[in-house]
Amino acid sequence: MLTKRIIPCLDIKDNRVVKGIKFLGLRDAGDPVEVARIYEEQLADELVFLDITASYENRKTLVNLVEEIAQNIFMPFTVGGGIRDSNDIRELLNAGADKVSINTQAVKCPDLITESSRKFGSQCIVVAIDAKKENDGWQVYINGGRTPVDLNAVEWAKKANELGAGEILLTSMDYDGTKDGYDLELTKNVVEAVSIPVIASGGAGKLEHFYDCFSQTGASACLAASLFHYQEYTIKQVKDFLKGKGVSVRQ
Amino acid sequence: MIAIIDYGMGNIHSVQKALEHFGAKTVVTNNPKDIETSDKAILPGVGAFDDAMSELKKQKLIAALNKHIRQKKTFLGICLGMQLLLQNSEEANKSDGLGILEGEVRRFLDRKGFAVPHMGWNQLKIKNKNCPLLKDTPDNSYVYFCHSYYPQPKDKNIIAAVTDYGVDFTSILWQDNIYGVQFHPEKSQQTGLKILENFVNLC
Repeated sequence: MLTKRIIPCLDIKDNRVVKGIKFLGLRDAGDPVEVARIYEEQLADELVFLDITASYENRKTLVNLVEEIAQNIFMPFTVGGGIRDSNDIRELLNAGADKVSINTQAVKCPDLITESSRKFGSQCIVVAIDAKKENDGWQVYINGGRTPVDLNAVEWAKKANELGAGEILLTSMDYDGTKDGYDLELTKNVVEAVSIPVIASGGAGKLEHFYDCFSQTGASACLAASLFHYQEYTIKQVKDFLKGKGVSVRQ
Repeated sequence: MIAIIDYGMGNIHSVQKALEHFGAKTVVTNNPKDIETSDKAILPGVGAFDDAMSELKKQKLIAALNKHIRQKKTFLGICLGMQLLLQNSEEANKSDGLGILEGEVRRFLDRKGFAVPHMGWNQLKIKNKNCPLLKDTPDNSYVYFCHSYYPQPKDKNIIAAVTDYGVDFTSILWQDNIYGVQFHPEKSQQTGLKILENFVNLC
């Protein structure tokens, strides 16, 4: 049966991994290919690379980096950050990315979801949503969480699904960095509103958090960053724990 | 020489890189001549069925593909590249498939608990152990899938493996010199690389 996915996320700036990566035996912790290789050995199910510079000048080097990753890593990976139009998407996919993740531009120009999923297939169009609790719902933020927009996250996820998105990458801004666990309520609400897979993100701090997310929300995947980068847990530990709890994972 | 057909439908670098890993000589091409002169061909592809068929037509690749297969040269379709071998697809509005294999391409039904696309790692339930692609691949091995449609061949004897996603769908097809895989071997780590290695080693 289809297994639940565990996905490490790497932030990339000027083609280097940023936000400390602390593995033993890593010669260059800033080299995205080398870090990706470590996660591949650990049987990560996918990788997400987020370009946090995402400036125009950096697009070309990002494309080169994606090419290098694709030539060295035989596992699926998603690239996001600063995607503006379908040319950006085509470039990244042709360079070897399996999926692209679109956040701000999907909100500003929802037609991009329709256009690109028709062109490239919905399976490679991930819509990333940053959401923050607001009264009785969750509000969508864009521009790296800096700008609130007048959209309800659950409604927006549903809309993105209808427009042709193949997956939702859902980050709880309230839980991100807290290590208090995933936002189960937000995730559950989004999973129930859409028919496409949902990746939960933000808040993983303990093994139980992964189990809680899978067992209580129906998410298809859990994403985490610092937890893996600082080797608080290896991917294997997470998977062993999940398997012990009866969750189907690839080992 | 293995021709990897580049008709503008998605990335082919990782397929090529994986094959070169096993010392295979490859050419990434949209030139029909290259396909005719190669002893093996791979049709990769992600994207929409109609677009893929119209690209194949536009780039005048269909005759070369048919000829390659008719000459009993080894052929591998990956994901959409496999689906195109069949007669038609529920995804298509205007195009028929290549019709090299009898059957059609179906969409997964929307059911609770089964998100579509079927995305992630799932198992191969091997139906034909003799399929040369599956040499040294244990039953229930995990491979990476990313698709909303799956092939449904008319002749069940050509199903080499199925995968369970609410229904058992065909994940590997094998008929004589024609192979098709619904998953992405180039993205399936060791298991996928083994399958590609088997392909490289086919005579």
